[in-house]
Amino acid sequence: MNRADVLGPVRPEKAPPSGRRSRRSATLVTGCVLAGLIALLALVSLFWLPYPADDTSGGRLAGPGDGHLLGTDKLGRDLFTQVMTGSRIAVEAGLGSVIVAAVLGVTLGVLAAFAQGWLDDTLAAFLDILIAFPTLLLAMLIVAARSATLGSAVLAIGLAQSAVVARLVRVLVKRVLAQDYITAARTSGTSWPRTVAGHVLPNIWPTLVVNLALQFGLAVLAEAGLSYLGLGAPPPNASWGRMLQEAQATFTTAPAGALAPGILLVLLVIGVNLIADGLRDTLDPATRGRRA
Amino acid sequence: MTLLDVRGLTVRTGDGRTLVDDLSFTVAGGERLGLIGESGSGKSLTTLAVLGLLPDGMTATGSVELAGTQIIGAPEKRLTTVRGRDAAVVFQEPLTALDPLMRVGRQIAEPLGRRTGLKGKDLRRAVAHALAQVRLPDPERITRAFPHEISGGQRQRVALAMALACEPKLLIADEPTTALDVSVQAEMLELIDTLVRERGMAVLFVSHDLAVVAKVTDRALVLKDGRAVEEGPVDAIVGAPREEYTKTLVASARRLESALDLRSAR
Repeated sequence: MNRADVLGPVRPEKAPPSGRRSRRSATLVTGCVLAGLIALLALVSLFWLPYPADDTSGGRLAGPGDGHLLGTDKLGRDLFTQVMTGSRIAVEAGLGSVIVAAVLGVTLGVLAAFAQGWLDDTLAAFLDILIAFPTLLLAMLIVAARSATLGSAVLAIGLAQSAVVARLVRVLVKRVLAQDYITAARTSGTSWPRTVAGHVLPNIWPTLVVNLALQFGLAVLAEAGLSYLGLGAPPPNASWGRMLQEAQATFTTAPAGALAPGILLVLLVIGVNLIADGLRDTLDPATRGRRA
Repeated sequence: MTLLDVRGLTVRTGDGRTLVDDLSFTVAGGERLGLIGESGSGKSLTTLAVLGLLPDGMTATGSVELAGTQIIGAPEKRLTTVRGRDAAVVFQEPLTALDPLMRVGRQIAEPLGRRTGLKGKDLRRAVAHALAQVRLPDPERITRAFPHEISGGQRQRVALAMALACEPKLLIADEPTTALDVSVQAEMLELIDTLVRERGMAVLFVSHDLAVVAKVTDRALVLKDGRAVEEGPVDAIVGAPREEYTKTLVASARRLESALDLRSAR
């Protein structure tokens, strides 16, 4: 029997890589569409809202339609308006937390990677404790010290996440520092700051950026959780978390109030996670195209 | 003139093991010294100690004077100016010695720009010239390539170009041909030999391979377990080894060579 018959039709040689690449971009594109949809809502909310935030002219718990796309809540406020404001708050919370986490985490992680002896142990233990420290407790402390604002929530989430980022960066930097090309750069007289900026950071960047994208999704969820508990943005700024909390009592009679923010929350987090996944595949030098 | 003066160099690990033991040697300007020894004999640690680049947890004692600068105990800032200017290194593994995410041209431009102060177009021309000097074909393409896009031999030439871009007084070659196949090895050795001779550079050539060391160096130092067991002109060491250890090294190199001869005669 012919070999080809046993093995089935011969695949063209280039097919697997190109198929993989198109699947990669499909993940990335889907993620971008989902997250972009929410980002668009957030962007529009900055300039235009269907109703003012405190407008209660629509009557209580009105159903969808009739001038209110998603209906109204138990105080008569337009749900779509709230959902739009909520998406702005979600994006702000995600971006803000990730920026705090990235700046603090990368700085701390790089320092920890260079630390030696007892300082190294101390920093590692400090990061572990910070990771084990509940975000909720941290948020309550910060809210007690400042007040319940979006800034407080972002600070709490960012601080908690910076420990996770710092621990990752510490390991990544240590691994890169052990590479020959770092020694090679050092032997040619490159100073430490230049080595870090020119060789270390670019080489941890692919892994770091994927992790930051995941942290964005987690931050959005954490902010929703905090504002559900009243530790996030204060009224009348409608956060998805607080909308969920307010709609809880009337969920059976008027499900739109809980479904709308819930679904958008899920869409945003899935979108961001898909982006992270897509980035991992396109940025990872190990899976990037090799010489043919 | 003594360029590198190593006296009583001792390298210890944090837990007290001695890896290089009371090693002394000198390299004069323009001279070529071979460091021979099996893996684990402390050759590579010696080269790292010469540049003050020992891995974390290892400490060096004794004296290493490179172009008049005491390396041992020197502050990092002082070392940064010495590295590259006074000594540069070509490493064993050409793939890992290049930054995988940086285009080859930029990696050469970095030390070259720092030394010459060139920028922009002039720097690009200097990079192309540096690549041509190590006899890389199509410098245009190589400049834009990432390390994984060129072959092992080409990578080692790039690494050599990077080291030479610093115009060091001393070139340290740490097993620069070990990772290459035999035909590329010979080319690489000849290239190092020519380029170094043209520039009047001193060479510290580290290898476990006697034949390779004999090709490039004038004088050799045989290391065993971190101690120098024999030192002298390379011809004398290969022709009439005095120490037992050197004799075994020479004998095994001979055996390998004759085995190869037999095979190729067949």
